[in-house]
Amino acid sequence: MDMLQILLYIQIGLAAFCLYRVIRGPSIADRMVGIDIFGILVAGICAILAIETGKDFILDIGIAWIILSFIGTLTLAKYLGGQKLNE
Amino acid sequence: MISTIFISVGILFNLFGCIGLIRLPDVYNRLQSATKCVTLGTCSILAGVLVHYGFIEVGVKALLAIPLLFFSATVAAHALVRAAYKAGVKLGDRSVRDDYKDVKS
Repeated sequence: MDMLQILLYIQIGLAAFCLYRVIRGPSIADRMVGIDIFGILVAGICAILAIETGKDFILDIGIAWIILSFIGTLTLAKYLGGQKLNE
Repeated sequence: MISTIFISVGILFNLFGCIGLIRLPDVYNRLQSATKCVTLGTCSILAGVLVHYGFIEVGVKALLAIPLLFFSATVAAHALVRAAYKAGVKLGDRSVRDDYKDVKS
């Protein structure tokens, strides 16, 4: 088995491990932290997968996932804070 | 070969961040551990992609993703922890200081 493939499986395992905090976080903020970190880890999975399979467009999916995770986390933070983010 | 070393270091940082996300007792501690370690680890993975491909279009795309990830992850974490404080999430029972309470009032 290739070294890069082992690293890919470890990264997928970490992303699944991170969903533990989403499923049983005590508060809403814990779940939001889990979703934020999960998005960044999936971008890492996409970067490794782009090398592993040799297809370039998977890195584009990773970049789009970073941006969508950013917007989603800001939206959830505004929902949780209940007021405007810029005072 | 060098790209594999970069990716291995990044996955090591990601592992530490995920352990912190699972094990620490508080929202603020979890966010502090997880955001710093996972952001640096994913940036190291993207640097490994850049080293693997060189300066062709895929490598430059990975290089452009690094500052994007730095700014977006840190800003999102800051907004998240501020919103959590405003929503009244309690500190952990082993925390001893709360300086932001004096700043707000």
